[in-house]
Amino acid sequence: MNQADLKHADGTEVSTSEALLVEPSALSPGRRAFNTFVRSREFSIFLVLVAVILVATVKNGSFLFSSDGWRNFLLNPSILLLLAVGQAAVVITRNVDLSVGSVMALTAYLTGRLFIDQPGLPIIVVFGLCILFGAMLGLVNGVLVAYGKVPALVITLGTLYVYRGVMLTWAGSDRINAGDLPGDFLALGTKAVLTIPWLTIIAFAVLAAVGYYMYTARGGRELYAIGSDPDAAVLYGLKVKRRILAAFALSGALAGLAGLLYTARYGTVSSSVGFGIELQAVAAVVIGGVAIFGGSGTVWGAAIGAFLLVTINRALPSLGIEDFWQRAVVGALILGAIVLDRLLALRQARKLAEARDSS
Amino acid sequence: MSTATAAPARTYSDYSQPLWRRVLFTRESAIIALTVAVILYSLVNVQNFDGPLTLKFVLQDIAPILVIALPMTLVIITGEIDLSVASIMGLSSVLLGVLHQDGMPIPAAALLALLAGLACGALNGFLVAYVGLPSLAVTIGTLALFRGIAVGLLGTTAVTEFTEKWTDLATGTIGESNWPLVMVPIAVLIVVFVVLLHFTTFGRGIYDIGLNSEAAHFTGVNVARTKLVLFMLSGVVSAFAGIYFTLRFGTARGDNATGYELQVIAAVLLGGVSIFGGRGRLHGVIAGVVLIGVIASALRLESVTVNITNIIIGLLLIASVIAPSVLSWVAERLSRQAPPAPSEPSGPTEPPTTQHTAPAGV
Repeated sequence: MNQADLKHADGTEVSTSEALLVEPSALSPGRRAFNTFVRSREFSIFLVLVAVILVATVKNGSFLFSSDGWRNFLLNPSILLLLAVGQAAVVITRNVDLSVGSVMALTAYLTGRLFIDQPGLPIIVVFGLCILFGAMLGLVNGVLVAYGKVPALVITLGTLYVYRGVMLTWAGSDRINAGDLPGDFLALGTKAVLTIPWLTIIAFAVLAAVGYYMYTARGGRELYAIGSDPDAAVLYGLKVKRRILAAFALSGALAGLAGLLYTARYGTVSSSVGFGIELQAVAAVVIGGVAIFGGSGTVWGAAIGAFLLVTINRALPSLGIEDFWQRAVVGALILGAIVLDRLLALRQARKLAEARDSS
Repeated sequence: MSTATAAPARTYSDYSQPLWRRVLFTRESAIIALTVAVILYSLVNVQNFDGPLTLKFVLQDIAPILVIALPMTLVIITGEIDLSVASIMGLSSVLLGVLHQDGMPIPAAALLALLAGLACGALNGFLVAYVGLPSLAVTIGTLALFRGIAVGLLGTTAVTEFTEKWTDLATGTIGESNWPLVMVPIAVLIVVFVVLLHFTTFGRGIYDIGLNSEAAHFTGVNVARTKLVLFMLSGVVSAFAGIYFTLRFGTARGDNATGYELQVIAAVLLGGVSIFGGRGRLHGVIAGVVLIGVIASALRLESVTVNITNIIIGLLLIASVIAPSVLSWVAERLSRQAPPAPSEPSGPTEPPTTQHTAPAGV
């Protein structure tokens, strides 16, 4: 953005020292798009992901090239990916949703209960009900945040406790077992099309839809505007409250979908479903280059971040590191990602300042 | 120049509310009143709540949360947050266990664990204060990092061999009374933190940073150093809580105290500290911690499951932050319906509240 503005401003009188700033416009549009892509945060995270996969595969060929390895590679990140996409939409508006793990647990249990109590219900209806239920839980967060004018961190911390408590009270001591679920539904978690599991296809479809919306649609761009400056967004006449509501509802709906897919994938629902996964979702978003204070980043990045987190998990044993250390690696990765972000931002600022001073 | 002396002396007392209103109508008083009410209600209605062991168990249960809530309050008042405290607890617990297993006496191992906590806090503080990274992101990272080191050091095993002398110390009481022995160091820490926050220049600087860190910088507050010190305090106090936790239950495990960070933050926010920074006092926070402990204990005696306790704590947390907004909305509604403006200014706590909640949704 900054570079584009400067170019425009400089268009009238170009001195030699400003040539550096103007230079990119001399490149062809295709070349510029390529440069933007290569320099993007998503691409560098993607390279890290590729590197991890390469190293792990070289050490142990079955990491990727056995049917089991390939399936796990695609299947394991799907649930975290859905949560990360929803979380990204919320974080971009300068909020955060810590309740996703509890929402996921509630809908996972709801899925099981629906199949047990209403055996005739078509699977597609269960899908709809779970997504709707998740969206409603998210909407509660959104209403409290947008109309209560209180920080999302506090509200969603509160609903994290409430939703989890409701789930545990509702479930009591019974758990959902694979035997309680229809075979068609469980097949969703295991079946694949062209070796790509259904769960992954669903997750990617959601990612594509949300990503396209965030990139092109007015509603999506307004989320960025709200995140970069909430006050300015209000003054500009954006419907801030409604957009924040929508972001939280989306996050809740995707957490609901994730809960349903969790049940399909694992077949059992115990009280510990999704415990602590909210911080993993935030971590995926941060690693993927979404600024924690909103206004920048993409859901693609968040999705790649989720993939990276889960893949590193699985790669560590084949790299000869005990998987006990996995969380430490994840922590170091998060710190590395935000420090890198900071350094890049500082370099950018210095370059722009130099260009300004020398003119 | 001479006009300055001629002007009548203006003092703030002409403009402020009467003292009793300023003392009574605060978040802290509300939370203390609620705590007292809950205690009285439990004493009357809950069986065995007045029993001799309740005090001991309530205090032992809340001890780690209480002690970490002290530095956490200071950190949140500067507008930052520390999510890594429970992981530092786990790490110090594991270090204590591993070092003791290798034959080191408990005091030396505990000292090293405290130093490790200090180092963890220093890492957080350095990244937040000197590199300028958002503390939420940094401490989510170190939450995973410190917990990962703890789990990595011990795996799924646990160290359970501790010298009995020291575990007795952690579970013991003061003389014949029911006050746990651990309350002695905690009382000292409470006094230290109250003095530090409310009666020193350093403490005023903490509020200044929370209200406006730029302005604080120009009034001579060393913003970066203050934040570094606070995160280091948070680290070392968390390590202390981890050592207590280990000795009390007699086990050092990598996953000790998982999830405590959210309990601590919930207690601090319940105690009237603003998440935006700049507002909050320690007596409110202590009342918040006690309130959560008493509710949990009373419900346990009523054999209500821990789930209901979690629901109640979550609802309390939401209600405590949303109440000011709802109140100001109601007040606004009422004043709009009754056009003749009320001669008396509306509730004393409201003007600052609306100011603080103004940045929508952040």
